[in-house]
Amino acid sequence: MKELLKEKLEKQFTTVQFEVIEQFDELTLKFDKSAIVNVCAFLKDEDGLKFNLCEDVTAIDWATRKNRFTIVYHIFSMENKFRLCLKVDVDESECSVESVSSIWKAANWAEREAYDMYGITFLNHPDLRRMYMPEDFEYHPLRKEFPLMGIPGTLPLPKK
Amino acid sequence: MQKLTKDDVHPKIVQALLGADSHITIDDALENEMILNMGPQHPATHGVLRLLLRLDGETVIACVPELGYLHRGYEKMAENMSYLEFIPHTDRLDYISPPANNVAYALAVEKLAGITAPPRAQYIRMLLAELARMCSHLVAIGALAMDVGALTVFLWGLREREKILDFFDVICGARFTTSYTRIGGVASDVTSDTLKSIIVFIDQFEEKLDEMERMLNGNRIFIERLEGVGVISKEDAIDIGFTGPNLRGSGVEFDLRRATPYLFYNEMDFKIPTYTEGDCLARYFVRADELRESAKIVRQVIDKIPNGEVMLNSPKKVLPRKTEIYTKMEELIHDFMIVNFGINPPVGEVYSAVENPKGELGFYIVSKGEGHPWKMKIRSPSFANIQAIPHLVKGQMISDVVAIVGSIDPIMGEADK
Repeated sequence: MKELLKEKLEKQFTTVQFEVIEQFDELTLKFDKSAIVNVCAFLKDEDGLKFNLCEDVTAIDWATRKNRFTIVYHIFSMENKFRLCLKVDVDESECSVESVSSIWKAANWAEREAYDMYGITFLNHPDLRRMYMPEDFEYHPLRKEFPLMGIPGTLPLPKK
Repeated sequence: MQKLTKDDVHPKIVQALLGADSHITIDDALENEMILNMGPQHPATHGVLRLLLRLDGETVIACVPELGYLHRGYEKMAENMSYLEFIPHTDRLDYISPPANNVAYALAVEKLAGITAPPRAQYIRMLLAELARMCSHLVAIGALAMDVGALTVFLWGLREREKILDFFDVICGARFTTSYTRIGGVASDVTSDTLKSIIVFIDQFEEKLDEMERMLNGNRIFIERLEGVGVISKEDAIDIGFTGPNLRGSGVEFDLRRATPYLFYNEMDFKIPTYTEGDCLARYFVRADELRESAKIVRQVIDKIPNGEVMLNSPKKVLPRKTEIYTKMEELIHDFMIVNFGINPPVGEVYSAVENPKGELGFYIVSKGEGHPWKMKIRSPSFANIQAIPHLVKGQMISDVVAIVGSIDPIMGEADK
């Protein structure tokens, strides 16, 4: 499966550079964020791959690295019983990536959550609102600079 | 989003509210749209789920779920505590089946740390996970029946669940917040007396389940409230991220216990109940069948459970036994290091998912080689399942919303994290 996947992707996307990481029996592909929608659409529809279940979309805040955020997609192919992890780097100055919610509906809320928690904008997302925090909340809680205690006064209590 | 502002409400209703026109008949009023706020304090939303419904008469045109009323920031908290300290917090995710969450978390950390629990511990984990599944499905079926007006089954279900909680009490020392697994094993061994009493319980359980099913399957009101309501097709169900019994109710034979076997599930003989209708009734049937399958697995586990240790002997990763800490210097040092600085798994990332009662519960852990995770993401099944509610309730009657929410069985503890 791993060889088939690499072969098919390299055949289809000649211009995209794939970095292959294998760890704990899991396959991770890292590539440039501009290709994310095309690669995902290919992985979902291509015969023999059929990654039809989008399990999770999330982000990692590296705090000190040059590309501050890494967006992580976990997708699963029910046909092959194979899980794949996709990764794209996003810098803080240009904190946005194309949304994949047009490919998997499941990514819709997962991307909203990543937006809420990390402040990463998903372009062309149908409904990019905060998932958990109130709409007028100004911070993104899972960023490393946000204190564990929270910031006093940012969540006003209801009036008596 | 449909906000409850004046502009969103149909002008005719505003007019009627203001009482400017008094010639509106009931038929006219039913043609108007209104926005109804359901929850977060509503008994049928199973916790603090808030649904904003846009209605035309009694028909739902659109629905917007609002989450976050139970958001405790577990992912943030996890980044600031050691791997061991997070175990009690997993109890509070899917609070109807805490041992299943403990098992899921322990498996993820063990995969990251590169250790495996001894066979007996793994069998005990399987036993607990299946008992938790029975717990969860009993509540799910009971609450669904209660939501559509059949109270008795809820009481019967909770009576059976009470017996399972008593086993948790004996095995884990707590009925609800079990915190039973440890990294590298389980907290304490199970006695053979307990296993015998579980067999006695399973023997009478199937009979009780028959009783419950007779009560519901012959109940015309129950069937008619659920049949053909909230239908979701196979493709849509996968696309929207359904997992667990909800997905199998739509005709997809997918179970992580089979697809990516963990623990000793590949040695167990069980069926994956699948129904093709994709409506609320099918989701109920899947849960009822899974109760039987879980009972079957529990029997096999007790049959096959090996003797041996329940904690791995790996001093750098696993907490030593209390008696040894008090008597031996080495163990005391390891205990001190693990409690104060954590288990320090190698640098890396791991995603480990298991089949929880509600669906796929996954933990994504990023380690920088420190005692606490750099990042932990909880992929909760209820979060993905709730996402389907707007799709399911569209075009249904408002009374069906309650049945649909009950049939997909969301738990806000894990949806809000």
